[in-house]
Amino acid sequence: MSSAVTSEVAKPRATEPSVLRVATGDLGALAVPELLDRIRALVARGARPVTLYGRPGEDAVVLTAVLLHEKCLHALRSRLGRGEGYPSLTKEIPAFHMFEREIFEQHGITPRDHPWLKPVRLSGDHQQKFDSYPFFNLEGKEVHEVGVGPIHAGVIEPGHFRFMCYGEMVHHLEIQLGYQHRGVEPRLLERPPKLLAPLVESIAGDSSVAYALAYGRAIESLAKTELDPRVELVRGVALELERIAMHLVGLSGLATDIGFLPGSTTYGRLRTAIINASMRICGSRFGRSWVRPGGVRFGLPARLIETTRKTLHDFKRDIDLVNDLMFSAATVQHRLRGTGVVTPETAREIGLVGMAARASGLPVDTRVELPGGALGRFPVASVVETTGDCWARARVRAREIDESFAWIQKVLASASDIEPPSSGVGELEPETLVVSVVEGWRGEVVHCLETNKTGGLLHYKVQDPSLRNWFGLALAVRDNGVSDFPICNKSFDLSYCGNDL
Amino acid sequence: MFKAWKVKVAQGKQFVSDVRGVSLPLFRGRPEIATKPCEAGCRACVDVCPANAISLDPVRIDLGRCTFCDECTRVCPVEKIAFTPDYRIAAARRGDLVVSEGKKMGPVEVAAEIKRIFGRSLRLRSVSAAGCNGCELEINALANVNFDLQRFGIEFVASPRHADALVLSGPISRNMARALELAYEGMPDPKFVIAVGACAISGGVFDGSPALDRSFLGRFEPRLYVPGCPPHPLTFACGILDLLGR
Repeated sequence: MSSAVTSEVAKPRATEPSVLRVATGDLGALAVPELLDRIRALVARGARPVTLYGRPGEDAVVLTAVLLHEKCLHALRSRLGRGEGYPSLTKEIPAFHMFEREIFEQHGITPRDHPWLKPVRLSGDHQQKFDSYPFFNLEGKEVHEVGVGPIHAGVIEPGHFRFMCYGEMVHHLEIQLGYQHRGVEPRLLERPPKLLAPLVESIAGDSSVAYALAYGRAIESLAKTELDPRVELVRGVALELERIAMHLVGLSGLATDIGFLPGSTTYGRLRTAIINASMRICGSRFGRSWVRPGGVRFGLPARLIETTRKTLHDFKRDIDLVNDLMFSAATVQHRLRGTGVVTPETAREIGLVGMAARASGLPVDTRVELPGGALGRFPVASVVETTGDCWARARVRAREIDESFAWIQKVLASASDIEPPSSGVGELEPETLVVSVVEGWRGEVVHCLETNKTGGLLHYKVQDPSLRNWFGLALAVRDNGVSDFPICNKSFDLSYCGNDL
Repeated sequence: MFKAWKVKVAQGKQFVSDVRGVSLPLFRGRPEIATKPCEAGCRACVDVCPANAISLDPVRIDLGRCTFCDECTRVCPVEKIAFTPDYRIAAARRGDLVVSEGKKMGPVEVAAEIKRIFGRSLRLRSVSAAGCNGCELEINALANVNFDLQRFGIEFVASPRHADALVLSGPISRNMARALELAYEGMPDPKFVIAVGACAISGGVFDGSPALDRSFLGRFEPRLYVPGCPPHPLTFACGILDLLGR
């Protein structure tokens, strides 16, 4: 069934390393065994998987693998008949485990010998069938199970957690998501491709800027739009303000969960200052409508540069005080150090990304690996901690706030005003695949768009970093007290709707 | 100890003292529709709206659907629509969320029964049913030191058993429909529903998706609608205080 044609490892667009564009004709289709061999070979040479996903074709399913190797995105393609199978990669390269589960759920392709082929989000025909795949079961004299959710005690998105415990100790945690499934991907094909921004901004609403940016750059690449270089300066400011704001939410939540009230209140009100700075620029506390294909809706006139710098200056004074208090407090250290450890080996094996990966010692940061936008001119330093515990994840977030602060100040100091005009976005190139990667505050947001013969959208694949990181949380809580789950969960701070789509 | 004092001194007083009288320059709140005529046959705003919030003859915007994305003002050739920073846009009736030419939105009408029972103390249980975490973050912000809703005797609680009103966010996925209903069933009478955000009120940008099941709202009509994408915390605060006659 699989037909071997030619395949090419595509080169990234010279001007934008975070975006890969390749004509689907040039991509061809490898035979499945060849695809798997190529993936194995790339991983053996040090590449890391970015995604593996399916797209429904006329009588087949088209598989696309994207890997990051030596600061370059590589795409590989193959096709299988619906209902067919192939030997799973997961046992050899566990980082593929979620991708293969998703392909199984979305397209009915069976990765044979996959160790845990459970639907990712109970979509389509699987909807509401929460009993369709059994939970793991722990047996023994002194073991018990604790089920939590989908609705939790706080104001938070829904998901179900099943703890298998030995006394107070968690032996294993099984995470059941899917409650947030809204049918995002088919929805993205229902409206004109250039008008999707408001919908894209609502996929994971705490990462609106990262999502709008991944989408905007993808459309610009498809339309071969030339941008005023200052556009990416403004976008970078928007993205780093989002990172600071969400890291503050996380630190505030973490402080709340360990009962450290000065941290809880202070990080919380500092977030207000930051998101209000975004609002003064673009009218939304979440940066919505700021980034659009072809440019930015709102530039930075001299007056706004001045007020934003002033806000950040005051912010810096206060965040230093609260960081000093929080991270020197014995009670905080006692609760966070050694809690919820993911070792670097495990993190690498399961393909952790973003700030959780960096907290486990992995230098995984697409702002450095694929320095897109303004990052070529103003590079950002990646923050890495090594202990992989809740403490490390908190420290990464606190230090990334400092880095983002310094980055924004540098950009704002570079010009008296930054008000780039938007570019018109022309017709989309037909039969083209674009992979767009943005390092949001959680990790890499990956959008893969493919056009049909007439330049319409044929497929839109959305991938939140949470898809890969949820399993990291499940492993982190093993051999921890069940009462430490809230701080472990908060330290990863993953998206439910980003996973469920 | 010294460090804690420094943090406390730097903090000062953070709370918004008059939640109804805040100026939010540049915030995109209530749109205003000018009385000038549209260009003949023009439907640019309708075509560009991501949530089917706009209807014509005369031009109306349904804030229960609007994402406040501002796309419509960009394509309008006659500047018919303009967003204002007015954040007091909650309503007790669904129909009151529709803005038309020259129409002003008033404060939310006091609900006498709700005021009598919950006027001095109201406990809320948040249920996110496929909310994108935008509304959830803003609902959470209501409890921070800036908005401090607790000072009005209004508080979010952990259990539906302790709650008087269910604060719904998200368009209600089929996968959450049952859990939402169970949470509401678990709340003691008397009780009511508050719908927060375009998704909860109308399905928003997800309206019409086969992955949703919005039948809950057909059975339990909200007593308060808080529009926005996501709503500003002050929109919620003013709406609930108005409803309670506070």
